[in-house]
Amino acid sequence: MDLTFTPEQDEFRAKVRAFLDENVPQSGLGGRHEGRIDQSWLANAKAWQRKLYDAGYVALSWPKEYGGQAMDPVQQAIVNDEMVRARAPFLIGGQGIGMLGPTLIAFGTEEQKRRYLPKVLTAEEIWCQGYSEPGAGSDLASLRTRAEIVGDEFVVNGQKVWTSAAQLADMMFCLVRTDPDAPKHRGISYILIDMHSPGVTVRPLVQMTGEHGFNEVFFDGVRVPRKNLVGNLNEGWIVANATLFHERNMLGSATGSHQIFNRLLALARSIKRNRRTLADDPVFRQRLADLEIRVTAMRFHSYRQLSDQIHGRNPGIESMINKLVGTELNHDLATAAMELMGDYSMLARGDAYALDNAYWPYEWMFSLGLVIGGGTSHIQKNIIAERGLKMPKSR
Amino acid sequence: MDFGLSDEQRQLKETARDFLRNECPTTLVRKTMADADGIPRELYREIAKLGWTGLVVPEKFGGAGMATLDMAVLLEECGYAAMPGPFLFSSAIAAHALAIGGSEQIKSRWLPALAEGRAIGTIAIVDENDSLMPRDITAAAAETASGFALLGIKMFVPYAHLADFIIVAARVGSYGGEAALFVVETATKGVSVKPMNCLDLTRRIARVELDGVQVAPEARLHGEGLLERVADIGAVAIAADSLGGTGRALEMAVDYSKVREQFGKPIGSFQALKHAAAEIVADLEPARALLWYAAYAQSELAAEAPRAAAMAKARLSEIYSRATDRAVLMHGGIGFTWEHDIQLWFKRARFNESYFGSPTYHRERVAALGDY
Repeated sequence: MDLTFTPEQDEFRAKVRAFLDENVPQSGLGGRHEGRIDQSWLANAKAWQRKLYDAGYVALSWPKEYGGQAMDPVQQAIVNDEMVRARAPFLIGGQGIGMLGPTLIAFGTEEQKRRYLPKVLTAEEIWCQGYSEPGAGSDLASLRTRAEIVGDEFVVNGQKVWTSAAQLADMMFCLVRTDPDAPKHRGISYILIDMHSPGVTVRPLVQMTGEHGFNEVFFDGVRVPRKNLVGNLNEGWIVANATLFHERNMLGSATGSHQIFNRLLALARSIKRNRRTLADDPVFRQRLADLEIRVTAMRFHSYRQLSDQIHGRNPGIESMINKLVGTELNHDLATAAMELMGDYSMLARGDAYALDNAYWPYEWMFSLGLVIGGGTSHIQKNIIAERGLKMPKSR
Repeated sequence: MDFGLSDEQRQLKETARDFLRNECPTTLVRKTMADADGIPRELYREIAKLGWTGLVVPEKFGGAGMATLDMAVLLEECGYAAMPGPFLFSSAIAAHALAIGGSEQIKSRWLPALAEGRAIGTIAIVDENDSLMPRDITAAAAETASGFALLGIKMFVPYAHLADFIIVAARVGSYGGEAALFVVETATKGVSVKPMNCLDLTRRIARVELDGVQVAPEARLHGEGLLERVADIGAVAIAADSLGGTGRALEMAVDYSKVREQFGKPIGSFQALKHAAAEIVADLEPARALLWYAAYAQSELAAEAPRAAAMAKARLSEIYSRATDRAVLMHGGIGFTWEHDIQLWFKRARFNESYFGSPTYHRERVAALGDY
């Protein structure tokens, strides 16, 4: 056990903090609950990522030849921590950085890495994920979007759904069926589709939060060069699982939970009932303490995994719980805030009496979406049981 | 930066697990449960030889002088094996308390004997009012010409019937005086030990009556906030035992679910059981990191130590009970029998949940120490 940072790491943290204090946009990007997603917002969001990249703070651990800095994961963790502390806006290129990038580094051809990775970092190209379909949600491998090989192209026909940021994206990493006769896991390929291609149609879906965050995407005879195949033909399931692993870790990240807890505690201190604040109410103190204990446990749990990564120790079952526990914890935090707010929790954004412009009602809904996205909690539990505990498959 | 066990600690853990698998199987646990004294003496001779009893005893007094995290690693394995006997109370708590707060005379009298496994010590904080808070201690230590005279009733004292000495919490002087810790030798006149019936038969507890027991001035332990600190050491020790027990309950339930068949397949193929097992994992792994931190803080981060101990005790003892509930349920009817071993951990979890403070008690401490 060694919880000290080196002087170089402390110095690095100070540098990151100074940069963020100076440069985090104060308006125009807002918290995500205030975000209105239009072209000017998109331009601002890209500019913010670019600025962060130019300062050297995006995807620090990626290899140098693809635009990274080959730094160790501790430095990346320091940047992540400081971003949360500074309440910096999330990165518009997050799906490219968090999901596509690590997958391409592991499975992509040299040409693919050089072509795509640098623009992921600079936000010149925004990526979206084409996994779920109307008939393929939790049972993702039953997907039916078809890609036939014609000459040196794939011709893609079908539909994806719940595609976050498809309306903004330039590219999609997509799962398609390339062998309809093979068993369902063995006929899938992982391809990269230019969203500006003829035959791609994006239709907005409105989430329960009222936002247009995700979409339906239709493919009608879309032509994709064969060189856009990642991994081997019909072996896309292996590649997809690598991406899902990264997605789960991204969604379950512990860094944000502490900030949400601090906000919850501040809220509890600000509301008075029966002549005392809710932070002084014995029942609510129990709930707050329980949440802080769980938040702290997840923070240490992430330090443990970071340390294992640095010191080359293989991850075990503990790496499978991040998504399940992290997303449910965030939803529990928001749910506690809603209860604490009483009738004010009923007020939607725009009401003059809404607390904090209805941040909590938004967080409460949004956080439930993350319990679902990337594989619901039920699916996560199946994974932990079957892959982690080797319990027999039910299917 | 390395948040985790060192190579030496990993090795200690593996060695301990292998050793206890061979030397402390559940057949031995059950034999000890039926035994009058509740201690497997042959096993205790062996662990003394391995140096476990002297792990946190300073080298100067014949121990290994190791840290709380090293002890936590061992205690996890003891919890995994449901090892009976006074090890946790004597070697992890009493030895540690003396090492921190004992006079030179007390240390040289007891620490070498504890390290070698020749003596057993235990701890007695709560009275009949069952409170760990210093302000609630009712046992009294009246100052006399030759030291102190102790008067009171201490409850739920582990292995008092075997102990050579008991570390007793008592209030110094008259009403309103400071609560302090005293080393009381059980052979002293006025000490009477009455066994209590404990639900968890892997542990033994007793009611200890102190009727004007005379102790020397050197018998008083000293140190800033010592009583709270010793209670925190106890809380972390119990949390470590809980970590191991939670892992064992999970393992037993999962193993059983792979062999027991209903509806023509192993019950482990049903999602209801998978989800119950996965929820134990989801509780267990983050709690492991919490425990490591709390144990590390005991030795290295004094300012963080009390709150970290409260967090670890609240969480670990709670998830242990929840895990054993689920594990019993996953076994079905067989899990409810005396013959099946899952009941050993089920009951041990109950002991661990309350002893050294319930989850509710420690959550309130987390709130108070966090300035809510």
